[in-house]
Amino acid sequence: MKKVAHARVDEPVARPSVIEIRNLQKVFAARDGNPVQALSSVSLDIAKGEFLTIVGPSGCGKSTLLRLVAGLADPSEGELLLNGSPITGPQRDMGIVFQSPVLFPWRSVMDNVLLPADVLKLDRRDARNRAEELLEIVGLSDFAKKYPNELSGGMQQRVAIARALVHRPSVVLMDEPFGALDAMTRDTMNLEIMRIWREAGTTILFVTHSIPEAVFLGERVVVMTARPGKIAEVVDVDLPANRGIDIVNTDHFGTYARRIRNHFNARGLD
Amino acid sequence: MAVTTEGAPAPRRKTLGETVRHRPEYVLGPLLLVVILSVWHGLVTWMEVPSYIVPKPYEVASAFYHGVFKGNYLYHAGVTLSEALSGFFIASSLGLVLGTLIAQSRLVEKTLYPYLITIQTTPKIAVAPLLIIWFGFGMTSKVVIAATVAFFPVLVNVIAGLRSIDREKIELMRSLNASKWQMFRMARLPSALPIIFAGLNVAIVFSILGAIVGEFVGSKAGLGNVILQANVNMDTSSIFAVLVCLAIIGISMHGLMGFLQRRLVFWGNSGPPS
Repeated sequence: MKKVAHARVDEPVARPSVIEIRNLQKVFAARDGNPVQALSSVSLDIAKGEFLTIVGPSGCGKSTLLRLVAGLADPSEGELLLNGSPITGPQRDMGIVFQSPVLFPWRSVMDNVLLPADVLKLDRRDARNRAEELLEIVGLSDFAKKYPNELSGGMQQRVAIARALVHRPSVVLMDEPFGALDAMTRDTMNLEIMRIWREAGTTILFVTHSIPEAVFLGERVVVMTARPGKIAEVVDVDLPANRGIDIVNTDHFGTYARRIRNHFNARGLD
Repeated sequence: MAVTTEGAPAPRRKTLGETVRHRPEYVLGPLLLVVILSVWHGLVTWMEVPSYIVPKPYEVASAFYHGVFKGNYLYHAGVTLSEALSGFFIASSLGLVLGTLIAQSRLVEKTLYPYLITIQTTPKIAVAPLLIIWFGFGMTSKVVIAATVAFFPVLVNVIAGLRSIDREKIELMRSLNASKWQMFRMARLPSALPIIFAGLNVAIVFSILGAIVGEFVGSKAGLGNVILQANVNMDTSSIFAVLVCLAIIGISMHGLMGFLQRRLVFWGNSGPPS
Protein backbone atom coordinates (compact mmCIF):
# COMPACT_ATOMS: atom_id res chain seq x y z
CA MET A 1 0.00 0.00 0.00
CA LYS A 2 1.20 3.46 -0.66
CA LYS A 3 1.73 5.66 2.37
CA VAL A 4 -0.71 8.42 3.09
CA ALA A 5 0.24 11.74 4.64
CA HIS A 6 -2.16 11.55 7.59
CA ALA A 7 -1.37 8.05 8.75
CA ARG A 8 -1.91 7.12 12.39
CA VAL A 9 0.83 8.48 14.59
CA ASP A 10 -0.28 6.74 17.76
CA GLU A 11 0.23 3.33 16.25
CA PRO A 12 3.01 1.32 17.87
CA VAL A 13 5.50 -0.41 15.62
CA ALA A 14 4.58 -3.93 16.58
CA ARG A 15 1.72 -4.72 18.93
CA PRO A 16 1.63 -8.09 20.71
CA SER A 17 -0.88 -10.63 19.41
CA VAL A 18 -3.93 -11.22 21.55
CA ILE A 19 -5.37 -13.92 19.31
CA GLU A 20 -3.37 -16.33 17.20
CA ILE A 21 -5.11 -18.53 14.65
CA ARG A 22 -2.98 -21.27 13.11
CA ASN A 23 -4.14 -23.38 10.20
CA LEU A 24 -7.72 -23.55 11.44
CA GLN A 25 -10.13 -25.97 9.78
CA LYS A 26 -13.79 -26.62 10.39
CA VAL A 27 -15.78 -29.41 8.75
CA PHE A 28 -19.53 -29.73 9.33
CA ALA A 29 -21.73 -32.73 8.71
CA ALA A 30 -24.45 -31.42 6.41
CA ARG A 31 -28.07 -32.56 6.58
CA ASP A 32 -27.48 -35.17 3.87
CA GLY A 33 -24.57 -36.57 5.84
CA ASN A 34 -21.83 -35.30 3.51
CA PRO A 35 -19.10 -33.27 5.14
CA VAL A 36 -19.02 -29.54 4.31
CA GLN A 37 -15.75 -27.67 4.64
CA ALA A 38 -16.69 -24.38 6.30
CA LEU A 39 -13.15 -23.20 6.94
CA SER A 40 -9.95 -24.31 5.30
CA SER A 41 -6.51 -23.53 6.70
CA VAL A 42 -7.15 -20.10 8.12
CA SER A 43 -4.19 -18.43 9.82
CA LEU A 44 -4.38 -14.98 11.34
CA ASP A 45 -2.80 -12.89 14.09
CA ILE A 46 -4.89 -10.28 15.80
CA ALA A 47 -2.96 -7.56 17.58
CA LYS A 48 -3.85 -6.16 20.97
CA GLY A 49 -6.18 -3.19 20.61
CA GLU A 50 -6.71 -3.79 16.92
CA PHE A 51 -9.98 -3.20 15.06
CA LEU A 52 -10.10 -6.09 12.60
CA THR A 53 -12.97 -6.56 10.18
CA ILE A 54 -13.78 -9.77 8.36
CA VAL A 55 -15.76 -9.40 5.15
CA GLY A 56 -17.14 -11.99 2.77
CA PRO A 57 -20.29 -13.35 1.15
CA SER A 58 -22.70 -15.54 3.08
CA GLY A 59 -21.32 -19.03 3.53
CA CYS A 60 -17.68 -17.96 3.48
CA GLY A 61 -17.23 -19.17 7.04
CA LYS A 62 -16.76 -15.76 8.64
CA SER A 63 -19.38 -16.42 11.30
CA THR A 64 -17.95 -19.89 11.85
CA LEU A 65 -14.55 -18.33 12.41
CA LEU A 66 -16.05 -15.99 14.98
CA ARG A 67 -17.84 -18.84 16.77
CA LEU A 68 -14.59 -20.79 16.95
CA VAL A 69 -12.78 -17.81 18.43
CA ALA A 70 -15.65 -17.40 20.91
CA GLY A 71 -15.22 -21.01 21.98
CA LEU A 72 -18.84 -21.77 21.04
CA ALA A 73 -17.73 -24.45 18.59
CA ASP A 74 -14.67 -26.68 18.35
CA PRO A 75 -12.33 -26.57 15.37
CA SER A 76 -11.82 -29.75 13.35
CA GLU A 77 -8.13 -29.01 13.11
CA GLY A 78 -5.66 -26.26 13.86
CA GLU A 79 -4.70 -24.09 16.78
CA LEU A 80 -6.47 -21.18 18.42
CA LEU A 81 -4.75 -19.15 21.12
CA LEU A 82 -5.98 -16.33 23.33
CA ASN A 83 -3.11 -14.49 25.03
CA GLY A 84 -0.95 -17.53 24.36
CA SER A 85 -3.24 -20.21 25.84
CA PRO A 86 -5.48 -22.46 23.78
CA ILE A 87 -9.21 -21.67 23.51
CA THR A 88 -11.09 -24.80 24.55
CA GLY A 89 -14.42 -23.23 25.48
CA PRO A 90 -16.06 -19.86 26.10
CA GLN A 91 -13.63 -17.38 27.66
CA ARG A 92 -14.58 -14.84 30.27
CA ASP A 93 -12.15 -12.47 28.60
CA MET A 94 -14.46 -12.02 25.59
CA GLY A 95 -17.62 -10.14 24.83
CA ILE A 96 -19.98 -10.97 21.99
CA VAL A 97 -22.44 -8.87 20.01
CA PHE A 98 -24.80 -10.87 17.80
CA GLN A 99 -26.70 -9.73 14.73
CA SER A 100 -29.85 -9.29 16.82
CA PRO A 101 -29.53 -7.56 20.19
CA VAL A 102 -30.57 -10.71 22.16
CA LEU A 103 -31.72 -8.65 25.13
CA PHE A 104 -33.72 -10.26 27.93
CA PRO A 105 -37.13 -8.55 27.86
CA TRP A 106 -37.65 -9.15 31.60
CA ARG A 107 -34.50 -7.22 32.50
CA SER A 108 -34.25 -3.43 32.43
CA VAL A 109 -31.63 -1.84 30.18
CA MET A 110 -29.27 -1.52 33.17
CA ASP A 111 -29.84 -5.15 34.21
CA ASN A 112 -29.29 -6.33 30.65
CA VAL A 113 -25.93 -4.57 30.60
CA LEU A 114 -25.15 -6.17 33.96
CA LEU A 115 -25.98 -9.71 32.77
CA PRO A 116 -22.34 -10.76 32.21
CA ALA A 117 -21.45 -9.38 35.65
CA ASP A 118 -24.26 -11.46 37.18
CA VAL A 119 -23.23 -14.63 35.39
CA LEU A 120 -19.54 -14.12 36.14
CA LYS A 121 -20.38 -13.08 39.73
CA LEU A 122 -18.39 -9.86 39.52
CA ASP A 123 -18.48 -7.26 42.27
CA ARG A 124 -21.93 -5.69 41.94
CA ARG A 125 -21.02 -2.10 42.78
CA ASP A 126 -17.97 -2.13 40.55
CA ALA A 127 -19.96 -3.57 37.66
CA ARG A 128 -22.72 -1.02 38.19
CA ASN A 129 -20.28 1.86 37.90
CA ARG A 130 -18.86 0.34 34.74
CA ALA A 131 -22.36 -0.20 33.33
CA GLU A 132 -23.30 3.43 34.01
CA GLU A 133 -20.10 4.52 32.32
CA LEU A 134 -20.87 2.35 29.28
CA LEU A 135 -24.49 3.52 29.03
CA GLU A 136 -23.07 7.04 29.03
CA ILE A 137 -20.70 6.10 26.20
CA VAL A 138 -23.47 4.55 24.08
CA GLY A 139 -25.74 7.51 24.88
CA LEU A 140 -28.40 5.61 26.81
CA SER A 141 -27.94 6.97 30.34
CA ASP A 142 -31.52 8.22 30.41
CA PHE A 143 -32.83 4.80 29.45
CA ALA A 144 -31.22 2.68 32.18
CA LYS A 145 -34.56 1.92 33.86
CA LYS A 146 -36.47 1.30 30.62
CA TYR A 147 -37.20 -2.15 29.24
CA PRO A 148 -35.94 -3.40 25.85
CA ASN A 149 -39.36 -3.33 24.19
CA GLU A 150 -39.47 0.44 24.82
CA LEU A 151 -36.30 0.95 22.74
CA SER A 152 -35.70 1.22 18.99
CA GLY A 153 -33.63 -1.39 17.15
CA GLY A 154 -30.54 0.83 17.09
CA MET A 155 -30.83 1.58 20.80
CA GLN A 156 -31.24 -2.11 21.59
CA GLN A 157 -28.08 -2.92 19.69
CA ARG A 158 -26.24 -0.21 21.64
CA VAL A 159 -27.38 -1.89 24.86
CA ALA A 160 -25.96 -5.14 23.49
CA ILE A 161 -22.63 -3.39 22.84
CA ALA A 162 -22.52 -2.00 26.37
CA ARG A 163 -23.32 -5.50 27.68
CA ALA A 164 -20.42 -6.97 25.68
CA LEU A 165 -18.03 -4.49 27.33
CA VAL A 166 -19.22 -4.50 30.95
CA HIS A 167 -16.87 -7.21 32.18
CA ARG A 168 -13.90 -5.44 30.56
CA PRO A 169 -13.08 -8.21 28.08
CA SER A 170 -9.84 -7.84 26.17
CA VAL A 171 -11.57 -9.00 22.96
CA VAL A 172 -15.02 -8.12 21.64
CA LEU A 173 -16.49 -10.25 18.86
CA MET A 174 -19.17 -8.73 16.66
CA ASP A 175 -21.17 -10.86 14.25
CA GLU A 176 -22.81 -8.49 11.74
CA PRO A 177 -24.13 -6.41 14.62
CA PHE A 178 -25.68 -3.73 12.40
CA GLY A 179 -26.97 -6.03 9.66
CA ALA A 180 -30.59 -5.68 10.74
CA LEU A 181 -30.52 -1.87 11.02
CA ASP A 182 -31.56 0.64 8.37
CA ALA A 183 -28.81 2.39 6.39
CA MET A 184 -28.95 5.69 8.28
CA THR A 185 -28.89 4.10 11.72
CA ARG A 186 -26.10 1.86 10.51
CA ASP A 187 -23.91 4.86 9.57
CA THR A 188 -24.51 6.37 12.99
CA MET A 189 -23.69 3.09 14.68
CA ASN A 190 -20.49 2.74 12.67
CA LEU A 191 -19.29 6.14 13.88
CA GLU A 192 -20.34 5.23 17.37
CA ILE A 193 -18.55 1.90 17.47
CA MET A 194 -15.31 3.59 16.36
CA ARG A 195 -15.66 6.09 19.15
CA ILE A 196 -16.41 3.31 21.65
CA TRP A 197 -13.40 1.35 20.41
CA ARG A 198 -11.15 4.36 20.87
CA GLU A 199 -12.51 5.04 24.36
CA ALA A 200 -12.65 1.44 25.58
CA GLY A 201 -9.37 0.40 23.98
CA THR A 202 -10.39 -3.22 23.42
CA THR A 203 -9.58 -5.47 20.52
CA ILE A 204 -12.54 -5.80 18.18
CA LEU A 205 -13.18 -8.60 15.73
CA PHE A 206 -15.99 -7.43 13.50
CA VAL A 207 -17.72 -9.66 10.94
CA THR A 208 -19.75 -8.04 8.16
CA HIS A 209 -20.88 -8.67 4.60
CA SER A 210 -20.77 -4.96 3.78
CA ILE A 211 -17.53 -3.93 2.05
CA PRO A 212 -17.91 -0.20 2.89
CA GLU A 213 -18.53 -1.07 6.54
CA ALA A 214 -15.46 -3.33 6.61
CA VAL A 215 -13.21 -0.64 5.09
CA PHE A 216 -14.67 2.17 7.18
CA LEU A 217 -14.19 0.38 10.49
CA GLY A 218 -11.19 -1.87 10.05
CA GLU A 219 -7.55 -1.12 10.60
CA ARG A 220 -7.17 -4.33 8.67
CA VAL A 221 -9.77 -6.04 6.53
CA VAL A 222 -9.70 -9.81 6.22
CA VAL A 223 -11.31 -10.76 2.91
CA MET A 224 -12.82 -14.23 2.91
CA THR A 225 -14.17 -16.26 0.00
CA ALA A 226 -16.52 -19.22 0.06
CA ARG A 227 -16.37 -22.93 -0.80
CA PRO A 228 -14.25 -23.64 1.08
CA GLY A 229 -14.06 -20.66 3.42
CA LYS A 230 -10.60 -19.21 3.38
CA ILE A 231 -8.75 -15.93 3.59
CA ALA A 232 -8.22 -14.37 0.15
CA GLU A 233 -6.36 -11.30 1.33
CA VAL A 234 -5.66 -9.20 4.38
CA VAL A 235 -5.87 -5.51 3.45
CA ASP A 236 -4.18 -2.87 5.62
CA VAL A 237 -6.45 0.14 5.63
CA ASP A 238 -4.72 3.47 5.94
CA LEU A 239 -7.38 6.06 6.53
CA PRO A 240 -7.33 9.08 8.86
CA ALA A 241 -8.05 8.05 12.43
CA ASN A 242 -10.67 10.72 12.92
CA ARG A 243 -12.73 9.87 9.87
CA GLY A 244 -16.32 10.92 9.28
CA ILE A 245 -18.85 8.97 7.27
CA ASP A 246 -18.10 11.26 4.25
CA ILE A 247 -14.86 9.39 3.71
CA VAL A 248 -16.75 6.67 1.85
CA ASN A 249 -17.01 9.15 -1.07
CA THR A 250 -13.24 9.69 -1.38
CA ASP A 251 -11.11 8.03 -4.07
CA HIS A 252 -8.85 6.63 -1.40
CA PHE A 253 -11.75 4.78 0.21
CA GLY A 254 -12.99 3.68 -3.21
CA THR A 255 -9.63 2.14 -4.04
CA TYR A 256 -9.86 -0.13 -0.98
CA ALA A 257 -13.49 -1.03 -1.66
CA ARG A 258 -12.76 -1.89 -5.31
CA ARG A 259 -9.77 -3.97 -4.38
CA ILE A 260 -11.89 -6.03 -1.99
CA ARG A 261 -14.80 -6.29 -4.36
CA ASN A 262 -12.50 -7.68 -7.06
CA HIS A 263 -12.01 -10.79 -4.97
CA PHE A 264 -15.70 -11.51 -5.14
CA ASN A 265 -16.20 -10.43 -8.75
CA ALA A 266 -13.48 -12.81 -9.87
CA ARG A 267 -15.46 -15.70 -8.38
CA GLY A 268 -18.82 -14.58 -9.66
CA LEU A 269 -21.36 -12.89 -7.46
CA ASP A 270 -22.25 -15.51 -4.92
CA MET B 1 -70.86 5.66 34.14
CA ALA B 2 -70.43 9.21 35.27
CA VAL B 3 -73.38 11.23 34.06
CA THR B 4 -73.97 13.01 37.34
CA THR B 5 -70.77 15.04 37.35
CA GLU B 6 -72.16 18.12 35.56
CA GLY B 7 -70.64 21.15 37.23
CA ALA B 8 -68.51 19.04 39.57
CA PRO B 9 -65.06 20.41 40.37
CA ALA B 10 -61.97 19.12 38.58
CA PRO B 11 -60.97 16.48 37.62
CA ARG B 12 -63.70 16.59 35.01
CA ARG B 13 -64.95 13.12 34.22
CA LYS B 14 -66.10 12.02 30.81
CA THR B 15 -69.75 12.47 29.94
CA LEU B 16 -71.77 9.46 28.84
CA GLY B 17 -71.56 10.67 25.25
CA GLU B 18 -67.77 10.80 25.34
CA THR B 19 -67.58 7.36 26.92
CA VAL B 20 -69.77 5.90 24.20
CA ARG B 21 -67.54 7.42 21.56
CA HIS B 22 -64.17 6.42 23.05
CA ARG B 23 -64.95 3.07 24.68
CA PRO B 24 -68.20 1.86 23.06
CA GLU B 25 -67.69 -1.62 24.55
CA TYR B 26 -68.32 -0.23 28.07
CA VAL B 27 -71.85 0.59 27.01
CA LEU B 28 -72.47 -2.13 24.45
CA GLY B 29 -71.40 -4.96 26.78
CA PRO B 30 -73.97 -4.28 29.53
CA LEU B 31 -76.52 -3.38 26.85
CA LEU B 32 -76.10 -6.85 25.33
CA LEU B 33 -76.84 -8.41 28.73
CA VAL B 34 -80.05 -6.37 28.99
CA VAL B 35 -81.06 -7.47 25.49
CA ILE B 36 -80.36 -11.15 26.26
CA LEU B 37 -82.31 -11.05 29.55
CA SER B 38 -85.23 -9.27 27.81
CA VAL B 39 -85.36 -11.78 24.97
CA TRP B 40 -85.10 -14.63 27.50
CA HIS B 41 -87.95 -13.21 29.57
CA GLY B 42 -90.03 -12.44 26.47
CA LEU B 43 -89.62 -15.90 24.92
CA VAL B 44 -90.32 -17.81 28.15
CA THR B 45 -93.44 -15.72 28.81
CA TRP B 46 -94.72 -15.83 25.22
CA MET B 47 -94.15 -19.59 24.81
CA GLU B 48 -95.53 -20.26 28.31
CA VAL B 49 -92.52 -22.38 29.28
CA PRO B 50 -93.05 -23.68 32.84
CA SER B 51 -90.58 -22.54 35.50
CA TYR B 52 -89.24 -26.03 36.17
CA ILE B 53 -88.06 -26.21 32.52
CA VAL B 54 -86.68 -22.69 32.08
CA PRO B 55 -87.16 -20.15 34.86
CA LYS B 56 -87.59 -16.44 34.15
CA PRO B 57 -84.57 -14.20 34.79
CA TYR B 58 -86.08 -12.63 37.91
CA GLU B 59 -86.77 -16.10 39.34
CA VAL B 60 -83.08 -16.92 38.89
CA ALA B 61 -82.17 -13.62 40.52
CA SER B 62 -84.47 -14.39 43.42
CA ALA B 63 -83.03 -17.91 43.83
CA PHE B 64 -79.52 -16.43 43.70
CA TYR B 65 -80.38 -13.83 46.34
CA HIS B 66 -81.96 -16.39 48.68
CA GLY B 67 -79.17 -18.92 48.11
CA VAL B 68 -76.38 -16.46 48.76
CA PHE B 69 -77.83 -14.24 51.49
CA LYS B 70 -80.37 -16.51 53.24
CA GLY B 71 -79.08 -19.96 52.27
CA ASN B 72 -75.70 -21.65 52.32
CA TYR B 73 -74.39 -21.01 48.79
CA LEU B 74 -71.37 -19.20 50.21
CA TYR B 75 -70.42 -22.24 52.29
CA HIS B 76 -70.79 -24.56 49.30
CA ALA B 77 -68.94 -22.14 47.04
CA GLY B 78 -66.18 -22.07 49.65
CA VAL B 79 -65.96 -25.87 49.60
CA THR B 80 -65.81 -26.02 45.80
CA LEU B 81 -63.33 -23.17 45.61
CA SER B 82 -60.97 -24.69 48.18
CA GLU B 83 -61.14 -28.07 46.43
CA ALA B 84 -60.38 -26.41 43.10
CA LEU B 85 -57.60 -24.19 44.46
CA SER B 86 -55.93 -27.02 46.40
CA GLY B 87 -56.07 -29.17 43.27
CA PHE B 88 -54.70 -26.30 41.22
CA PHE B 89 -51.77 -25.69 43.56
CA ILE B 90 -50.87 -29.38 43.69
CA ALA B 91 -51.16 -29.64 39.92
CA SER B 92 -49.07 -26.54 39.21
CA SER B 93 -46.34 -27.44 41.72
CA LEU B 94 -46.08 -30.98 40.41
CA GLY B 95 -46.31 -29.77 36.82
CA LEU B 96 -43.54 -27.21 37.34
CA VAL B 97 -41.18 -29.64 39.05
CA LEU B 98 -41.79 -32.64 36.78
CA GLY B 99 -41.90 -30.49 33.64
CA THR B 100 -38.55 -28.95 34.56
CA LEU B 101 -37.02 -32.36 35.22
CA ILE B 102 -38.36 -33.81 31.97
CA ALA B 103 -37.17 -30.80 29.96
CA GLN B 104 -33.61 -31.40 31.18
CA SER B 105 -33.15 -34.33 28.84
CA ARG B 106 -34.24 -34.60 25.23
CA LEU B 107 -34.24 -38.40 25.53
CA VAL B 108 -36.46 -38.48 28.62
CA GLU B 109 -38.80 -35.99 26.98
CA LYS B 110 -39.00 -37.92 23.72
CA THR B 111 -39.59 -41.18 25.59
CA LEU B 112 -42.33 -39.80 27.80
CA TYR B 113 -44.00 -37.41 25.37
CA PRO B 114 -46.26 -39.92 23.55
CA TYR B 115 -47.56 -41.11 26.92
CA LEU B 116 -48.07 -37.58 28.17
CA ILE B 117 -50.03 -36.70 25.04
CA THR B 118 -52.10 -39.86 25.38
CA ILE B 119 -52.96 -39.06 28.99
CA GLN B 120 -53.48 -35.40 28.10
CA THR B 121 -56.04 -36.30 25.42
CA THR B 122 -57.82 -38.98 27.49
CA PRO B 123 -60.79 -37.51 29.37
CA LYS B 124 -59.45 -37.78 32.91
CA ILE B 125 -62.94 -37.04 34.21
CA ALA B 126 -63.62 -40.70 33.44
CA VAL B 127 -61.48 -41.80 36.38
CA ALA B 128 -63.49 -39.65 38.81
CA PRO B 129 -65.69 -42.55 40.05
CA LEU B 130 -62.53 -44.57 40.73
CA LEU B 131 -61.00 -41.71 42.71
CA ILE B 132 -64.18 -41.40 44.77
CA ILE B 133 -63.81 -45.09 45.69
CA TRP B 134 -60.17 -44.55 46.63
CA PHE B 135 -60.43 -41.23 48.46
CA GLY B 136 -64.00 -41.20 49.77
CA PHE B 137 -66.86 -38.72 49.64
CA GLY B 138 -65.04 -35.88 51.38
CA MET B 139 -62.97 -33.05 49.93
CA THR B 140 -59.84 -35.16 49.34
CA SER B 141 -61.25 -36.99 46.34
CA LYS B 142 -62.30 -33.68 44.71
CA VAL B 143 -58.87 -32.20 45.30
CA VAL B 144 -57.30 -35.25 43.67
CA ILE B 145 -59.68 -35.09 40.70
CA ALA B 146 -59.11 -31.35 40.27
CA ALA B 147 -55.34 -31.89 40.46
CA THR B 148 -55.46 -34.77 37.96
CA VAL B 149 -57.38 -32.69 35.45
CA ALA B 150 -55.28 -29.55 35.91
CA PHE B 151 -51.87 -31.26 36.00
CA PHE B 152 -51.33 -32.05 32.33
CA PRO B 153 -51.90 -28.62 30.82
CA VAL B 154 -49.28 -27.30 33.27
CA LEU B 155 -46.81 -30.11 32.60
CA VAL B 156 -47.06 -29.91 28.82
CA ASN B 157 -46.73 -26.11 28.82
CA VAL B 158 -43.79 -26.14 31.22
CA ILE B 159 -41.93 -28.53 28.90
CA ALA B 160 -42.91 -26.55 25.78
CA GLY B 161 -42.06 -23.27 27.52
CA LEU B 162 -38.61 -24.38 28.65
CA ARG B 163 -37.93 -25.54 25.10
CA SER B 164 -39.12 -22.28 23.58
CA ILE B 165 -36.02 -20.20 24.35
CA ASP B 166 -34.29 -18.94 21.23
CA ARG B 167 -30.87 -20.27 20.30
CA GLU B 168 -29.19 -16.89 20.54
CA LYS B 169 -30.06 -16.44 24.22
CA ILE B 170 -28.53 -19.85 24.88
CA GLU B 171 -25.43 -18.89 22.88
CA LEU B 172 -25.12 -15.64 24.79
CA MET B 173 -25.30 -17.41 28.14
CA ARG B 174 -22.94 -20.10 26.90
CA SER B 175 -20.44 -17.49 25.73
CA LEU B 176 -20.38 -16.26 29.34
CA ASN B 177 -19.70 -19.78 30.60
CA ALA B 178 -23.01 -19.82 32.47
CA SER B 179 -23.67 -22.85 34.68
CA LYS B 180 -26.69 -25.03 34.05
CA TRP B 181 -28.45 -23.47 37.01
CA GLN B 182 -27.68 -19.92 35.83
CA MET B 183 -28.91 -20.86 32.38
CA PHE B 184 -32.17 -22.10 33.89
CA ARG B 185 -32.73 -19.29 36.36
CA MET B 186 -31.62 -16.36 34.23
CA ALA B 187 -32.67 -17.44 30.74
CA ARG B 188 -34.80 -20.56 30.34
CA LEU B 189 -37.35 -20.05 33.11
CA PRO B 190 -38.14 -16.39 32.38
CA SER B 191 -38.37 -17.21 28.66
CA ALA B 192 -40.83 -19.98 29.48
CA LEU B 193 -43.10 -17.89 31.72
CA PRO B 194 -45.54 -16.67 29.04
CA ILE B 195 -46.18 -20.25 27.90
CA ILE B 196 -46.29 -21.58 31.47
CA PHE B 197 -48.90 -18.97 32.29
CA ALA B 198 -51.01 -20.04 29.33
CA GLY B 199 -50.97 -23.53 30.88
CA LEU B 200 -51.84 -22.18 34.34
CA ASN B 201 -54.78 -20.29 32.85
CA VAL B 202 -56.17 -23.52 31.42
CA ALA B 203 -55.39 -25.37 34.65
CA ILE B 204 -57.33 -23.01 36.93
CA VAL B 205 -60.48 -23.43 34.79
CA PHE B 206 -59.93 -27.20 34.60
CA SER B 207 -59.54 -27.50 38.36
CA ILE B 208 -62.95 -25.90 38.95
CA LEU B 209 -64.38 -28.28 36.36
CA GLY B 210 -62.69 -31.22 38.13
CA ALA B 211 -64.06 -30.21 41.54
CA ILE B 212 -67.63 -29.89 40.19
CA VAL B 213 -67.50 -33.22 38.37
CA GLY B 214 -66.10 -34.85 41.50
CA GLU B 215 -69.01 -33.45 43.47
CA PHE B 216 -71.42 -34.83 40.87
CA VAL B 217 -70.01 -38.31 41.25
CA GLY B 218 -70.25 -38.38 45.02
CA SER B 219 -70.11 -35.66 47.64
CA LYS B 220 -71.55 -34.20 50.82
CA ALA B 221 -71.04 -30.53 50.01
CA GLY B 222 -70.03 -28.08 47.29
CA LEU B 223 -71.81 -26.31 44.46
CA GLY B 224 -71.89 -29.53 42.39
CA ASN B 225 -73.73 -31.14 45.25
CA VAL B 226 -76.21 -28.21 45.38
CA ILE B 227 -76.87 -28.61 41.64
CA LEU B 228 -77.58 -32.35 42.10
CA GLN B 229 -80.00 -31.73 44.96
CA ALA B 230 -81.77 -28.93 43.07
CA ASN B 231 -81.99 -31.30 40.10
CA VAL B 232 -83.73 -33.94 42.17
CA ASN B 233 -86.24 -31.31 43.38
CA MET B 234 -86.76 -29.97 39.82
CA ASP B 235 -85.65 -26.63 41.28
CA THR B 236 -84.39 -25.23 37.98
CA SER B 237 -84.09 -21.67 39.28
CA SER B 238 -81.56 -22.82 41.87
CA ILE B 239 -79.54 -24.68 39.23
CA PHE B 240 -79.34 -21.48 37.21
CA ALA B 241 -78.43 -19.55 40.35
CA VAL B 242 -75.54 -21.96 41.07
CA LEU B 243 -74.39 -21.61 37.47
CA VAL B 244 -74.23 -17.84 38.08
CA CYS B 245 -72.09 -18.53 41.17
CA LEU B 246 -69.78 -20.77 39.13
CA ALA B 247 -69.51 -18.11 36.43
CA ILE B 248 -68.51 -15.55 39.06
CA ILE B 249 -65.91 -17.93 40.51
CA GLY B 250 -64.56 -18.71 37.03
CA ILE B 251 -64.29 -15.06 36.03
CA SER B 252 -62.62 -14.15 39.35
CA MET B 253 -60.02 -16.90 38.96
CA HIS B 254 -59.40 -15.93 35.35
CA GLY B 255 -59.03 -12.30 36.44
CA LEU B 256 -56.64 -13.26 39.23
CA MET B 257 -54.45 -15.22 36.82
CA GLY B 258 -54.53 -12.31 34.38
CA PHE B 259 -53.42 -9.99 37.17
CA LEU B 260 -50.57 -12.31 38.19
CA GLN B 261 -49.56 -12.73 34.57
CA ARG B 262 -49.43 -8.98 33.95
CA ARG B 263 -47.33 -8.63 37.09
CA LEU B 264 -44.90 -11.49 36.49
CA VAL B 265 -44.75 -11.51 32.70
CA PHE B 266 -44.96 -7.76 32.24
CA TRP B 267 -42.94 -7.87 29.02
CA GLY B 268 -45.99 -9.64 27.60
CA ASN B 269 -46.27 -10.67 24.00
CA SER B 270 -42.57 -10.26 23.28
CA GLY B 271 -42.11 -13.46 25.30
CA PRO B 272 -42.09 -16.60 23.18
CA PRO B 273 -40.08 -16.28 19.99
CA SER B 274 -41.58 -17.56 16.79
